[in-house]
Amino acid sequence: MKIAAKSPLIIKDLTHAYTSGSLVLKGINITVNSPEIIAIIGPSGTGKSTLLRCINRLVEATSGEIIIDDINFCKSKGILFKKQRRRLGMIFQEYNLVERLTVIENILSGRLGYMTFWKAARRKFSQKDIDQAFDLLDFVGLTEHSKKRADKLSGGQRQRVGIARAIMQDPKILLADEPTSSLDPKTSVEIMELISHFSREKKIPVLINLHDVNLAKRFADRIIGMSEGHIIFDGKPNDLTDDSLKQIYGGESWLK
Amino acid sequence: MVKVNQNRSNPFPKKLSTTLIWLVFITYLVYLINSFGLEWTRFVDGLSYANTLIERMMPPNFSRWELLLDGLWESIEISVIASSLGIFLSLFFGLFAARNLMPIYVSAPVRVFIALCRSFHPIIIAILFVKSVGFGALAGILTLIVASIGFIAKLFAESIEEISSKQIEAIKSTGASFGSIIIFSVLPQVFSRFIGFSTYQFDSNLRNSTMIGIVGAGGLGGTLFSAFQRFDYDFVAAILITIVSVILFWEFLSNVIRRIFT
Amino acid sequence: MNNINHSWERFTVRERLSRTIVYVISVITFVWSLKTVEIIPEFLYDAPEQMADLFTRMWPIDFAFYPIKVHDALIETVNIATLGTLTAILMSIPLAIMSASNIVKNPISHWVARFFLVSSRSVNSLIWALFFVAIFGPGVIAGVLAIGFRSIGFIGKLLGEALEEVNMGSVEALRSTGTSWPIIMIKAYWPQVKPAFVSIILFRWDINVRESAVLGMVGAGGIGVVINDSLNLFEWQRVSISLLTIFVLVILAEILVVSIRKRLI
Repeated sequence: MKIAAKSPLIIKDLTHAYTSGSLVLKGINITVNSPEIIAIIGPSGTGKSTLLRCINRLVEATSGEIIIDDINFCKSKGILFKKQRRRLGMIFQEYNLVERLTVIENILSGRLGYMTFWKAARRKFSQKDIDQAFDLLDFVGLTEHSKKRADKLSGGQRQRVGIARAIMQDPKILLADEPTSSLDPKTSVEIMELISHFSREKKIPVLINLHDVNLAKRFADRIIGMSEGHIIFDGKPNDLTDDSLKQIYGGESWLK
Repeated sequence: MVKVNQNRSNPFPKKLSTTLIWLVFITYLVYLINSFGLEWTRFVDGLSYANTLIERMMPPNFSRWELLLDGLWESIEISVIASSLGIFLSLFFGLFAARNLMPIYVSAPVRVFIALCRSFHPIIIAILFVKSVGFGALAGILTLIVASIGFIAKLFAESIEEISSKQIEAIKSTGASFGSIIIFSVLPQVFSRFIGFSTYQFDSNLRNSTMIGIVGAGGLGGTLFSAFQRFDYDFVAAILITIVSVILFWEFLSNVIRRIFT
Repeated sequence: MNNINHSWERFTVRERLSRTIVYVISVITFVWSLKTVEIIPEFLYDAPEQMADLFTRMWPIDFAFYPIKVHDALIETVNIATLGTLTAILMSIPLAIMSASNIVKNPISHWVARFFLVSSRSVNSLIWALFFVAIFGPGVIAGVLAIGFRSIGFIGKLLGEALEEVNMGSVEALRSTGTSWPIIMIKAYWPQVKPAFVSIILFRWDINVRESAVLGMVGAGGIGVVINDSLNLFEWQRVSISLLTIFVLVILAEILVVSIRKRLI
């Protein structure tokens, strides 16, 4: 008898409305099975970014549930909120590094959710954290740059720091909001490979917004297609036909 | 050969508006000089007297150096206390005035208060404080605290409003507490500018503290003023040299501080 | 592979030492100043009450006084500020040029210029006013010269910095055509520093309006004379109309400066 593995993330009927009242997310339902790489594709403005930000509550959803390990994250407050949020690692389209801090400080800041304010103010990171940060630094190939200021790096390098920071959080789920949009094709593939590697090694699911359908097909285990705030495709990359793409993106001329 | 019809007019035409502006300007100048009744003879007389004055200022007389030092220490004390308290208060006022961190019913009144602090010349504020708390250093300290808030809080609020929200977003998403977010994403962005404002304001307070003494708010200004009134111009020269040297020294020191903290 | 003992410090030992020294010295200075400054504690406790008393005496504002003396003094103040700024421009341009290391290569002239600029800035306009009142007697001349001499340092320093940031490419180009030096100044340097120049002038004029308002306290003309007289006669309500006038003037000046800036930039 197959015992169903506990799903790390279930999104139920998630909606989000702008302040003007118009809905951008119109009832999203996703059940994440661990561990898989889920690529979310869809035209700009369809709510992909909003969805991810609702999941870690950088943006508050209007209604619905986000269930992480059987607890509804939407209703969490205080310490529980902090505990749940720090297990959600996020990688941003524009890297969102603290420009004036060094690379190693940016990576270490991934542990801030686990530290008290006083420890953080005195920058007292544990030796374990420091070791882990340096290991991650080595792994993403930025060893010599540890003391450089973040704003002195190239785009691809910055995104690697962003990934390292997210992994420092020891996350249960990784969220990546168009991590490759600002990068050239070769660097994009490198970044996707890094993200895939961590997903498989740490056995954590990744939800990743992508605008490049080919990247999605190449790296994802599962593709979710969104259009106008709804999910209209949820399946394997091989099942993504031209018809499905037409439905998601609209228009034909961009399809060869 | 094709003859091309070229427009060969002058590429530097005289614009009517520029000429008009110059005309208005020159008329204004003429009106100014007239209305002041600046008589040439009076000016020339003054020049010869200036000569005498400068002679009487030389050589600078440091014989009453104890008086000088007293006034100087008082000015420095006033600047130090006023700057420290002013900087400390400005941290809070600036934070509350930042429109991206605070709701409008908090930031608006704070901004008005800061604007009021800036509107008046320190001398006027000094007079008001002297009349209410009496002569001496207290009036000076209160005056310069007000002056400091008007400057630092305003610039601090502006630099907070200019920070990138993306960096804040990233630190927020790690689950860090509010305090940690401020330390790791807000402070790195504004700290070096804050140091810059603070050193500049100390410089400004140092200069002002040597002046507000003229209306009784303590410090070297009072010594200077009495020397002037007694026609002790050589002592005046000594005091002026001291003031300039102290300010120069602080300029050097503040560069060092800024390099250490940036 | 993981036997390397990683250590991370935010600051090097030297950096930490220097930062600590600065903190320690600042705290010591503050505490020492607090202990040695002469403040009579009774005055400190009395302060809020005294200030409230003062404000009661300044109310209601004597608006009738405005047309008598305040208005003319106001105009005089603006004129002092404007003429003073203009005088300063004339005198600071040569100093600015001398202090710009890319124009005049001689280091001596550089230091001489810097000396004059720093001295001018270090002496408050009020002190300059005292000085000029002693020479030229009370009145507007002293005020104009005080504003002028104080502003030289400000304008000269910022203008010098703007000149140093000029792109030397266009200068080189003109020099290679054999143009004379004054024309190079007008055609290569001036167009590049013009926006900074206008900005500096407007900024300084704004400050000078505030300064001119108080110069009268030592006799250098403007609304400060009216305030001084009213103060000496304890006519607090006349003081408040003068203060209100200054406040309005400062706001109008700022609005003027902001709108000119918007139109030019």
